Amino acid sequence: MSDSPTVSKPIEETKTGKAAAGPVKWLDEQVRLATLVKVFGRKVFPDHPTFLLGEIALWSFVVLLLSGTFLTFWFIPSQGEVIYDGSYAPLRGLEMSEAYASTLHLSFEVRGGLLMRQIHHWSAMIFIAGLTIHMLRHFFTGAYRKPRELNWLIGIGIFALAIVEGFAGYSLPDDLLSGTGLRIAEGLMRSIPIVGTYISYFVFGGEFPGDDLVARLFIVHVLLIPGILVALITLHLILVFYQKHTQWPGPGRTEHNVVGPPMLPIYAAKAGGFFFIVFGVCTLLSALFQINAVWNYGPYNPAEVTAGSQPDWYMGWLEGGLRIMPNWETTIFGWTFSWNIFVPGVLLFGVLVTLLALYPFVERWVTGDEREHHLLERPRNAPVRTALGVAGITAYGLLWAAGGNDILAVWFHVSIYQITWFMRFAVFIGPVIAFIVTKRICIALQRKDRDIVLHGFETGIIVRSPDGEYTERHAPVTPGEAYRLTEHERVSVAELPAETDENGVRAPVRRIDKVRARASGFFFRDVVNKPTREELEEAHHHGDGEQPEIEADADDSFRGVTETGVPRSH
Amino acid sequence: MSDQDRRDERPPGAGELEPRAEAPPPGDPIPDPGLPEEFPRPSDVDPALERRYERQVAGMFGLATLLTLGFCVAYFAVPEDQTLFGFDALNFTLGMTLGGALLLIGLGAVQWARQLMHNEEIDEHRHSIASSEEDRAAALAITTTSAAESGLGRRTMIRNSLFGALGVLGLPTVILLRDLGPLPTDESLRTTVWTKGMRVVNDVAGTPIRPEDLELGQLVNAEPAVLVPTGDPEQDEEIGVLHGVELLNAKAKAAVILVRIDPQEITPPAGREDWDVAGILCYSKICTHVGCPISLWEQQTHNVLCPCHQSTFDLADGGKVTFGPAHRPLPQLQLGVDAEGYLIAMGDFQEQVGPSYPELGRD
Repeated sequence: MSDSPTVSKPIEETKTGKAAAGPVKWLDEQVRLATLVKVFGRKVFPDHPTFLLGEIALWSFVVLLLSGTFLTFWFIPSQGEVIYDGSYAPLRGLEMSEAYASTLHLSFEVRGGLLMRQIHHWSAMIFIAGLTIHMLRHFFTGAYRKPRELNWLIGIGIFALAIVEGFAGYSLPDDLLSGTGLRIAEGLMRSIPIVGTYISYFVFGGEFPGDDLVARLFIVHVLLIPGILVALITLHLILVFYQKHTQWPGPGRTEHNVVGPPMLPIYAAKAGGFFFIVFGVCTLLSALFQINAVWNYGPYNPAEVTAGSQPDWYMGWLEGGLRIMPNWETTIFGWTFSWNIFVPGVLLFGVLVTLLALYPFVERWVTGDEREHHLLERPRNAPVRTALGVAGITAYGLLWAAGGNDILAVWFHVSIYQITWFMRFAVFIGPVIAFIVTKRICIALQRKDRDIVLHGFETGIIVRSPDGEYTERHAPVTPGEAYRLTEHERVSVAELPAETDENGVRAPVRRIDKVRARASGFFFRDVVNKPTREELEEAHHHGDGEQPEIEADADDSFRGVTETGVPRSH
Repeated sequence: MSDQDRRDERPPGAGELEPRAEAPPPGDPIPDPGLPEEFPRPSDVDPALERRYERQVAGMFGLATLLTLGFCVAYFAVPEDQTLFGFDALNFTLGMTLGGALLLIGLGAVQWARQLMHNEEIDEHRHSIASSEEDRAAALAITTTSAAESGLGRRTMIRNSLFGALGVLGLPTVILLRDLGPLPTDESLRTTVWTKGMRVVNDVAGTPIRPEDLELGQLVNAEPAVLVPTGDPEQDEEIGVLHGVELLNAKAKAAVILVRIDPQEITPPAGREDWDVAGILCYSKICTHVGCPISLWEQQTHNVLCPCHQSTFDLADGGKVTFGPAHRPLPQLQLGVDAEGYLIAMGDFQEQVGPSYPELGRD
């Protein structure tokens, strides 16, 4: 049996306790430590594998700070020209910027420098991947609903800044690949209507490439954006602490409690251990898989490029947009508008961030739901939200694939032009198909849940009755499982207010109410609601005699039967 | 189990959301059966298993210590420029030892928590987030008092002049950024270093090119003579070869490609009939989309493809766009031959080189 902690000797009587008493007392008198421990020591953190996604993002950010600090000791953020005379023979004697030369120095002469560079790059990829999937988890489970809309917005800010930060980072080494990325960025700046040329000249200190940008990007990359990110992440975590974590629904888990292991010791051990796991995985990746081998590309030269140039994965969807956009450019009142660049390169990013930021408020307006939510929703129980999310993922994924259309063309031996034409339509049609299919799958799953609650599990056992009828035997679910399948809320389409009030006076319906009613219909029309108590009782009577009933006092350990008809238990 | 009692005692919920009633709300078919009973883990009831986990966790921490020490040894012992299993030996050994140590520390801690630490779940009460009505009333009262005490509502002249003073502070913030860069000029935007008579040279060696150096169907990357050091300082001086940032800025606009196409297949745009030299055409190498250097040459179709976003230009047809996101054709440079028989430019580009910008269509 697990030894109960209550029988142990009080900590203050142990040798360690006595030794620590002085400093701890001192600290308590400075910061009221005991009260902090009392309040937070046994704070509950619900447990679920998907709750690790945010931790992956957080810990990889810490790894980024540590490895990045190491890199700054050697990296020289200058575009001053030097002649390379380091240990990498193929580049010796070449004119290059100090930034590139110092990156080579880090990679070849500083022991562990290459490892740290690779850890930094790998953890950046993992950071953005982790926070993106973390954001999707919040979307699909409705975790952004009141009172977490503010924290959702902070998260969107982190998402947008992280992408800019990543781009700034891989632009610093001033090798051919990073210079090509900057060349494209300069093209994007120029496409901004009216002020584009000025923005480009201010950012680059004049003409492209100039010799100011690396120094400017460096301070943006190591101070400005990380500073804001640290502040936002801290705020994000404070809110998680303050509002208490959401939890998955289940027996005994309600809107008014939070169930899980306490901060001390379980959560601290697991979360602390998880930091080392994330750090360890980043380090092993860096030992085994080379990333951004800058010495292969050579110094930046505006007249050179490598075929198959690809940005880091998180820029891929914007790259895809640039590749498949038709070549529209118009001149209005003498001003040139490069829609072919501005729409996919600048506008698309703004549209994504805006849509993500607005979604919780739009949903709240449509559903009219002003209550607090601390229980997560199963994605199937919000079919339209889930379908919108999958449609968004599909659009993103198709754009991302379009960003590698040259690689796809080589792999599949297809014309690159055919792929481009396909993608031009697919980014619009694909999400619609994904929406319809996902919504139908959700509704089918809701229907299945409803059937299970009403009739129990299918056992696969076919019973022949004396008069020759074959029926499949259904086994009941446990009360806990039945509760889990029915705890979510019943939804209905919002109805329009009556055209006349109770006195028969005409009360015109405002247009906004009509829009809202239509939107509500869009959200909820096809939802399969859980059965009512009457329906459940009806179903029980229907199967009288043959079907075992769902009873409150049913043996708790019985959880239906397996496919072979063997009763399942804990 | 003892923790069952703890679950049942909930703090009184005064001024909070109504706790869910015992019976399910109307329409809810199944009542909440409450938290399921927790069962002991195998390691809670089997002392042998418990000891095994103990050894396992301690073993992970022990191995992590050894790996970290191994990292320190490898830092000094493994020479650079060596390979191990096809990897860079130093990077591999440092990464594997440090990564392994970190991973084992993490796995050990998690395994300790999962298998050996007391694992009961706690049921904590959750308060509604919004303030209570009393607190809201108190906050409003404080705000009203402080507004009155400061006279913020009454002394509108002070208030508005303060807002004005704070508002204009935004101006220096913006103005101070003015010197980030010079303003764009027509010269910097629209001209390149190409001038009449400047030789077209090979982009690596800087050697001038004669028409007969190019075979039919061949594409050569070239530069104006002032952008490629020849290796001979005196000669560089004579040509006026640029260096450093001037070189890079000029190169970003002036890089060109030379291509020799069968004159029969060339359909020159009006006015450019004599821009070639024996079928040799010269185009800007900078894509008119977002400025990548164009380099993928398809001899059969005379198409050149940008490797960044696949804009495709037909060099036999005035550099016009045949596919992709670029809008404008590749600018063409008129070629000539100097007295010594080398290819020269007959002037600067007449169309805009590189990406478009808002002022492109002006003047």
